[in-house]
Amino acid sequence: MEKPKFNIAVTGLNNTDNPGPGIPVIRGLKESKDFDVRIIGLAYENLEPGIYMRDLVDKTYQIPYPSSGKEAVLERIEYINSKENLDFIIPNLDAELYTFIQSKEKLEKMDIRTFLPTMQQFEERHKANLNEYGEKYGIKVPLSKSITSRRDIDELKEDFEYPLLVKGKFYDAYLAYTPEQVNTHFNKISAKWGLPVIIQEFIRGTEVNVIALGDGHGNTVCAVPMRKQYITDKGKAWGGITIKDEKMLELTRNLIRQTKWRGGMELELIKTNQNEYFLIEINPRIPAWVYLAVAAGQNLPEALIKLAFGMDVPNYSEYEVGKMFIRYSFDLIGDIAQFGSLSVTGEM
Amino acid sequence: MKLKRNVAVSENGFLFNPETGDSFIVNPIAKEILNYLKEGYDIEKINQLILDRYEVDLVTLEKNMEDFLKMLQHNELLDR
Repeated sequence: MEKPKFNIAVTGLNNTDNPGPGIPVIRGLKESKDFDVRIIGLAYENLEPGIYMRDLVDKTYQIPYPSSGKEAVLERIEYINSKENLDFIIPNLDAELYTFIQSKEKLEKMDIRTFLPTMQQFEERHKANLNEYGEKYGIKVPLSKSITSRRDIDELKEDFEYPLLVKGKFYDAYLAYTPEQVNTHFNKISAKWGLPVIIQEFIRGTEVNVIALGDGHGNTVCAVPMRKQYITDKGKAWGGITIKDEKMLELTRNLIRQTKWRGGMELELIKTNQNEYFLIEINPRIPAWVYLAVAAGQNLPEALIKLAFGMDVPNYSEYEVGKMFIRYSFDLIGDIAQFGSLSVTGEM
Repeated sequence: MKLKRNVAVSENGFLFNPETGDSFIVNPIAKEILNYLKEGYDIEKINQLILDRYEVDLVTLEKNMEDFLKMLQHNELLDR
């Protein structure tokens, strides 16, 4: 039987030292034995490395930042769709998810599918709502508080002990030992990511993560736990290993069962020396280390497409323990003509 | 006292704990002790086997064995 071929648009081609998940997602899709893909890269900047990886990305279009407004993004998608006849979009960056979730119906009218969490699922797991989230779903979470002004910093000593974490609403987290350090981090983070800034209790332990895919009906389609082995100064995993941890898997399955999570996700957890697990963050999208899960036997990007198109999804209950990933940097060679084409026409 | 069932020790003394992702390199005697533990031998029996094979007095062996077992416990390699 002939394999179906999907035209899939993928964002997050920034395969830098703070990598977006786009390229590993594409690697997973290309490895599917059940369908073929033509990959349309959606890029924000001309120097996102994925644009220049021609063996993985067939064509790239620039798109406006989500801050330009939903209409501007949709207008651009409409144009791209007229050229590429898109079947599916996989948005891979936190900051753009709101726009794409909100635009679900409009995209469907263009015959473009997505497989994303609902707005309620997306909103309730925000870092700023972590206390309520933990209570609602019976998961231990560190005490968190949103602050919007430097004046709030003095009052933190009533609820928190130092050190504590200062986090941006989308990205960035810094450890602060004094109110002065909180002040510095507050200024830096609020300038970059806006308000609120989240203050979080610092839990000592090992950071472990789970990548998972929920089918939107409470079933966990994929779930692979990982421990970071090498962390960059930006706090990103540069190396990691799959581990066998039934408690983490149970916690993930429970959460997906209760929330009926739809789409990819990453749970960031701290495992304490007392073997307790604290949920510190839920990323509502596929994480950049997704290819480790593919290599361990669970092709999450492929399963995502299969779910969206009603194809049979394998029952991923197993994965290989002790699979490792190690990132590396590599000098891609491009040509000024490519850069010029993208700069002038917004496509390449 | 038993080594966790899923802890793997390779021929060259590389030990991997799949539950935590930790890995260690152990010397040949540690590897030997780990294999005895894996087979379910008790500490008394292991001490006797080591005493028979190596030139070591009981006091030194027991002290070192205790330290080693504490280290295994600390690294979550033993069944509780």
